[in-house]
Amino acid sequence: MSQTETATPAPKTSHAHQLHVLKPERSRLGLMRPDHSKSVFIDWLTTVDHKKIGIMYGAIALFFLFIGGIEALIIRTQLIVPENNLISAERYNQLFTMHGTTMIFLAVMPLNSAFFNFLIPLQIGARDVAFPRINALSLWSFVAGALVINFGWLLEALQMMGLFAASGPTAGMTDLAPSGGWFGYAPLSSKEYSGVGTDFWIMGLQILGVASLTASMNFIVTILNMRAPGMKMMRMPVFTWMSLVVAFLIIFAFPAITIALGQLMFDRTFGTNFFNVAGGGQPILWQHLFWIFGHPEVYILVLPAMGIISEVLPTFSKKPLFGYSIVIFSGAVIGFLGFAVWSHHMFTTGLGKVATAAFSLLTMAIAVPTGVKIFNWVGTIWGGRIRFTAPMIFSLGFVWMFMMGGFSGIMHAAAPADAQQQDSYFVIAHFHYVIMGGIFLALVSGIYYWVPKVFGKMWTGSLSTWVAVLIVVGLNVTFFPMHFLGLLGMPRRTHTYLEGFGWSTYNLVCTIGSYILAIGILLLLVDLIRCLRSGEPAGDDPWDARTLEWATTSPPQVYNFAKTPIIPARDALWSHKHGPEGKKITYEDDHGHGIHMPSNSWMPLIASIGFVPLGLGMTLKQAGVPYMGSLAIFGLFVITLGLALWAIEGPGGFHLHPEEDEA
Amino acid sequence: MSDTATAHHDDGHLSLNNDNKKLLMWLFLGSDCMFFGTLISTHLIYRKIYPESFDPTSLFSLELTSFSTFILLMSSFLMALAVSAMHKGELKSFRRNVLGVIFFGLIFLGCQVYEFAHFVHEGLTLSTNTFGSTFYMMTGTHGVHVAIGVFWLICMYFYSHTGKMDAHESAVDVEIAGLYWHFVDIVWIVIFTAVYLIEFI
Ligand code: HEM
Ligand SMILES: [Cu+2]
Repeated sequence: MSQTETATPAPKTSHAHQLHVLKPERSRLGLMRPDHSKSVFIDWLTTVDHKKIGIMYGAIALFFLFIGGIEALIIRTQLIVPENNLISAERYNQLFTMHGTTMIFLAVMPLNSAFFNFLIPLQIGARDVAFPRINALSLWSFVAGALVINFGWLLEALQMMGLFAASGPTAGMTDLAPSGGWFGYAPLSSKEYSGVGTDFWIMGLQILGVASLTASMNFIVTILNMRAPGMKMMRMPVFTWMSLVVAFLIIFAFPAITIALGQLMFDRTFGTNFFNVAGGGQPILWQHLFWIFGHPEVYILVLPAMGIISEVLPTFSKKPLFGYSIVIFSGAVIGFLGFAVWSHHMFTTGLGKVATAAFSLLTMAIAVPTGVKIFNWVGTIWGGRIRFTAPMIFSLGFVWMFMMGGFSGIMHAAAPADAQQQDSYFVIAHFHYVIMGGIFLALVSGIYYWVPKVFGKMWTGSLSTWVAVLIVVGLNVTFFPMHFLGLLGMPRRTHTYLEGFGWSTYNLVCTIGSYILAIGILLLLVDLIRCLRSGEPAGDDPWDARTLEWATTSPPQVYNFAKTPIIPARDALWSHKHGPEGKKITYEDDHGHGIHMPSNSWMPLIASIGFVPLGLGMTLKQAGVPYMGSLAIFGLFVITLGLALWAIEGPGGFHLHPEEDEA
Repeated sequence: MSDTATAHHDDGHLSLNNDNKKLLMWLFLGSDCMFFGTLISTHLIYRKIYPESFDPTSLFSLELTSFSTFILLMSSFLMALAVSAMHKGELKSFRRNVLGVIFFGLIFLGCQVYEFAHFVHEGLTLSTNTFGSTFYMMTGTHGVHVAIGVFWLICMYFYSHTGKMDAHESAVDVEIAGLYWHFVDIVWIVIFTAVYLIEFI
């Protein structure tokens, strides 16, 4: 490691952005490390920089948001009139399954990850995450999982052209894309009732689980161990706090689904009896295991959104967050309680009176910390000097729309009421208000807020207002009527319906709303592209913000901070700009040491690529494709090889000597 | 040799006095608790639902399993010695103890392979009933953990011959391997109690 210091001649005179001077040094393996100055392509594929990884997460997530959106539009178009036959019932099942799975695991979670990656090290004054190469592994194994889970669409296309038919263990089954719903209830997902699509779903989710678990452990270590001096826990930005809670939720909730998926896979592949009724298995076990994961999962989705809101509202109200410690405490309480309410998804399964009452009470209890947060946000804007910028408009939209979703949540927290609402469109209305109206608006708010930092470009024009109007109007027109549809008894997941139930008008309205929503989201992408292409330089602190990430340049340098900042107070930058003399951000003297940077590496990418043959081998074997067992073993070999070379290669690293250009 | 952006002189600031890698291992073990928790509870739930369907006492050999449990316990003891040797920089003693751990780990795995082969021979397979499914998946997962640990320690043993091990950095690495090994041992104690011993009460 130390011999690499000489690899950088580091003339103090050259400019700060002297990356081209850096030569890739030899790794302990004796191989040259990837040369990041040679090609942009190699640079991004081998990067371990949390900011680039964050940008890639964001780009891929937006891509899958687009895919999931198209799936949703097809669903809505099918339902536009009674007895429509745009698509078959089977295709409909595949579409809602992949819509849910895509939106949750491939759009919202990675968008959250994009924010985690880009922001957390900047917000706590760190140079990078604790384990930069593991961070790259998380990104690429997420991509591998996304490929595996979507592979069924390709087979579907081949099947339509008559080029593929499943044989072997799933012979005769035509659902080659996942079709068992995003919660894949057994026994519907067992070998008797579903084809190889379910295998893609299982393997894809397992690989995504690897990505989420490694990323979460990485971020917990980063947040706990890598904070700049003076960045005490109770001085951390709320977004970082909420991410910490989420990371803990992930490491404790994901094992339940990993094991459940493993059991399901064993049932399908090796004939075990976990959910196989003939062999004594109890399908209800799947529901328990899934929702023990599934309910924490909805908080995994929403807590980062709450963190974003807690950054945006103070900035544009020119006030500190009202009740900082209470916001954090209620976030942690939500995290704890989130593990104790899973059976509210199972009220109608006959849990027994005591269990039902207990879960009913706990579910109502979890609304309390959620409500507390709402009051804190209202308290924050109360009496503030509010600026109605794009991020602020979306954040205000979040508070309002999320509350609507909370209300319907409380309604089905009451078990007797839920007996009416379970599996009806009422539930669809509920979770789309919290997810679209809540999480999505918060993420858009975050995009409008941080893109100037990420790319150094400022938004131009007022398209954002149109985006806001179209999205908020669109989502209300789409999802509000679903409350009535649910109460009128329309079950979820039916591919069509008859006339005469009073559902037709509502469905028509919902579908029109979804088109409005889609236009809004498209305009968001247009606005984003316009900003990236022709935005004015943003400057370091365009919003007059409060937290540490705005103390860096826009976009931040590879090394984030030229010198380690010493944090004087909560809302460090605000205190630096407007606080008393003793409360300014100061910087540590590095005694000419320069900055130690981690080297790029191929190994995370190689190890993750191995997941693709492993996943496809295990699944296609189920569809009777020859040699697939060997392909799976080959994948395992690639993973092992990547990890072994990773260990032998060593972390490497080089030194940068930026000029003293930063305050 | 840590994989951190800051494992270098004064570049980084550890807000807690914990090494990054050690904390990472603790988090992994926390998560792993949930993995085994799910597996073990699945097993116990099915035992409770079908108390009569299958009598494992006819199959279990308490002598054999007690022996392998004892072996695994002793390997944990040797692991502790190896960690302390590494902290003192005594490479020879470290190697001796690690070899002991590897040896004992292999004996444990051997017992498990024998046990599985015996059970299958007696007619209990993955698909015989829920007992077979839960039992093999749970103990198999544990066995894989032991095997990974043995492989890890073998790598460490050979690495100690390259002369690149030093009492500072490598001691932490060994300590982390130790954490893992003790955890796997503790999980076995739980399985031994809740899956084997309980059947004989
Ligand atoms: C005030 C807090 C909340 C309460 C009391 C609550 C309550 C409930 C209940 C009882 C159900 C089950 C309904 C049924 O299937 O019959 C449910 C479903 C659901 N909730 Fe919530 N919820 C709350 C907040 C949230 C949040 C914040 C999210 C997401 C970020 C969320 C996402 C979901 C989803 C996705 C489902 C449906 C899962 C499915 O069946 O596919 N909820 N909620
Ligand atoms: Cu829930």
